[in-house]
Amino acid sequence: MMDLDLLLSLAHNFAKVSLVSVGGISVMIPEVHRQVVEMNNWISNDQFASAFALSQVAPGPNILLMTLVGWRVAGWAGMLVATAATILPTTVLSVMANRLESQLIHARWYWVTRKSLPPLIVGLIFSSGIVTAKATGLDALGLLIVACVAAHFYLYKSNPLISIMVSIVVGVIAGWLGFL
Amino acid sequence: MINSPNLQSSTTHLKRMGEVSLWNLFSGYILVGLFGFGGISASMYYIAVDKRAWITPEEYTAALSLGQVLPGPGLMNTCIIVADKFHGLKGVFLALMGLLLCPILILLALVTVYDHYSQLPEVQHATYAAAAASVGLIFGMGLKLARAIIKSKTAFFFMASAFIAIGIFKWPLFETILALAALSIAVGYLERE
Repeated sequence: MMDLDLLLSLAHNFAKVSLVSVGGISVMIPEVHRQVVEMNNWISNDQFASAFALSQVAPGPNILLMTLVGWRVAGWAGMLVATAATILPTTVLSVMANRLESQLIHARWYWVTRKSLPPLIVGLIFSSGIVTAKATGLDALGLLIVACVAAHFYLYKSNPLISIMVSIVVGVIAGWLGFL
Repeated sequence: MINSPNLQSSTTHLKRMGEVSLWNLFSGYILVGLFGFGGISASMYYIAVDKRAWITPEEYTAALSLGQVLPGPGLMNTCIIVADKFHGLKGVFLALMGLLLCPILILLALVTVYDHYSQLPEVQHATYAAAAASVGLIFGMGLKLARAIIKSKTAFFFMASAFIAIGIFKWPLFETILALAALSIAVGYLERE
């Protein structure tokens, strides 16, 4: 028997997060962490950090983080509920927006909104960086990896997966050498 | 204009109906999901524009900016918008299934293996390094966007407010962003006057 209250709460929280997260999954991370780790203690900090890492290594949309958090919280049902709650509200909005686009592009509020929101998104992305860094519990070597990957990504057009793979190799070698 | 706006809006989304077959769309989205390492932005462009030529770069950019201004996962929104153009809701459903099914199965396999071997120091160190790299990617992306977007004191103010409220004080996202967005849009109107 699944805990229905838990699933409803999961659906409600994730749908709400998704509906204000202009800027995508990297904007949702702080709130998801606050909800599932800090407020409800559904999963531990370590589980959140490993879910974040695994969802980055696997292929597919970044929304898989929500899928995996749902899985950790309540198994198969949690996985389905978390994924659907994140995607469905915004799917409806996307379809509506696509069908109304010819009218939207003439509306002044649409352009003002498009100009006004991006600075908030940038602030939220940096928030995600801080929250995931804290959840991972980074030491000196971790911070060095963060700095190198950030600088490399900022300066060059590169495939994110290559940065992750190189970092994994560095991490395993550092572990063998006793640096971790 | 001859058509009423409502009539027009209810038909334009399907003007490309049938140009791309359902199977082409579905199999294309499966590939977008499977090739999408570190998010699907690059693989979506590769499949939809370069490989399958569903849409032109200009149409892609339009769908991308519309998807990004909507809440939720921006690239998923873009994928949904593109699917809706060709096959309406049926296309949207197939797009979601194509994008998610294989990646979810791969992820669950990965998690099962991870849980089995998570005690090994190598696995712990690899996960730790992958998480650190992902944090680095988030900061790198933030820096790239800041370089392109933060060009005024107003923009800097809103970036800093969002960061302090959510990243440092950990205020609830829903209420905080609604308030900040309203303020930001109001300022946007005033600056245009």
